Amino acid sequence: MKNKLYDMPIYMDYSATTPVDPRVAEKMIPYITEDFGNPASRSHPYGWTAEKAVENARKEIALLVNADPREIVWTSGATESNNLAIKGASNFYSKKGKHIITLATEHKAVIDAVRECERNGYEATYMEPEPNGLLDIEKFKSTIRPDTVLVSVMLVNNEIGVIQDITAIGNICRENNIIFHVDAAQATGKVKIDLETLPVDLMSFSAHKTYGPKGVGALYVRRKPRIRIEPQMHGGGHERGMRSGTLATHQIVGMGEAFRIAREEMDEENNRIKNLQAKLLKGLTEIEETYINGDLEKRVPHNLNISFNYVEGESLIMAIKGIAVSSGSACTSASLEPSYVLRALGRSDELAHSSIRFSIGRFTTESDVEFTIALLKEKIDKLRELSPLWEMFKDGVDLEKVEWAEH
Amino acid sequence: MAYSDKVLDHYENPRNVGSFNKDDSNVGTGMVGAPACGDVMKLQIKMGNDGIIEDAKFKTYGCGSAIASSSLVTEWLKGKSLDQASEIKNSAIAEELALPPVKIHCSVLAEDAIKAAVEDLKTKQK
Repeated sequence: MKNKLYDMPIYMDYSATTPVDPRVAEKMIPYITEDFGNPASRSHPYGWTAEKAVENARKEIALLVNADPREIVWTSGATESNNLAIKGASNFYSKKGKHIITLATEHKAVIDAVRECERNGYEATYMEPEPNGLLDIEKFKSTIRPDTVLVSVMLVNNEIGVIQDITAIGNICRENNIIFHVDAAQATGKVKIDLETLPVDLMSFSAHKTYGPKGVGALYVRRKPRIRIEPQMHGGGHERGMRSGTLATHQIVGMGEAFRIAREEMDEENNRIKNLQAKLLKGLTEIEETYINGDLEKRVPHNLNISFNYVEGESLIMAIKGIAVSSGSACTSASLEPSYVLRALGRSDELAHSSIRFSIGRFTTESDVEFTIALLKEKIDKLRELSPLWEMFKDGVDLEKVEWAEH
Repeated sequence: MAYSDKVLDHYENPRNVGSFNKDDSNVGTGMVGAPACGDVMKLQIKMGNDGIIEDAKFKTYGCGSAIASSSLVTEWLKGKSLDQASEIKNSAIAEELALPPVKIHCSVLAEDAIKAAVEDLKTKQK
């Protein structure tokens, strides 16, 4: 998708955010203007109309993940959902114990919420995944302690797109009477989710990763068996006391419509995107010395994370400014560390520095993919001509054995 | 990251990319940085019989500022004596390219590369 009006690059960063589907935007607009009522107003039709819209949207969220609408709590987004789930459940069940298990490759919203629990007297284990990004179930079992109260593992990873086996993890949690939270922000509309059968107690959702608006999300809180959480936001007792604050009707309506479209079009869309991914993969791996980050099979088709050896990530991003992608390179972030996700996979700093995440979606076309492949081939050639590491590699120098003058 | 026009120019059209034979007695090579840190600079200078640097080449693995810093110094080095070359300061590089604070280390690396190349050449000449 290219925005010709501003001559913007081709968008290949759908894992960062997605454009709001025009059908979603259209549905939202009346709830900003004429149907502006507060869904909590019980005494007049303004409130009733808004409440009806909110409850319809709640049904749509529930339908996509096969849950009961009463199990859906509105939040401001997946970050809030993760915080509410992790802090809310671990606090409520703290009598069971104060140990939390999560994965080193989780989103920062999970990692930092767990860190906050640590500051409040909890202990945490951050499990390292296997080199393919997946959690080893046997290793997971061995980290469980009698005082483990909560496990949090994401369904689809935001950087490398791998799909964790949450059924297996959840079953083990059930056997050990542990609350299981799943961050599904990157999963909706990409992976089938059936909470009727999945052994999951809490699940976080985001609207803007699935063609809905930013600023709205939801938390699934299981009713049978009932899971309790301590609210993190206090106030008027909205959302059955779990999350106070006036509901943002238009945002919620948008999320509902986005999830309805996801439910109806997911199969067809995934097939199309799978073909695009295959094309992109084939084209990019024709380039020498490329490494795919994360398992290729247990992965959503929307994501390709590739390291181009001997080329530095930020200079690569500069070179390919015709496309909008993100990099695991330190230089694209405020910190000077390369991607903690790629490091957790055991990737060397060099490969982590030279990684690019391509994430494609609803509006990606064949010609976008063809353009990307041609661009990458040309620019990587150019940057390798500039790279002393490439020259050494071509001369047969073992870079592992070089003594670098580190600064 | 918003770069200055000068950085972009050097990045888009890097000057003096390439290599000399590092075994030649009138060639000094400086290689600084480490792949793990995200930048490696290889800077080479070729000295004429008059003791003046007649040519310079570089190859850099690193961000846009690192590439621009090394490209810039290859231009500055030509026509300088070894002592004059050693006097090139990172602050001058950073100023010329208007490097943002987080990229100052790229200019430091370029200065280190010059020093290493000069040192290599002086050792060879002994």
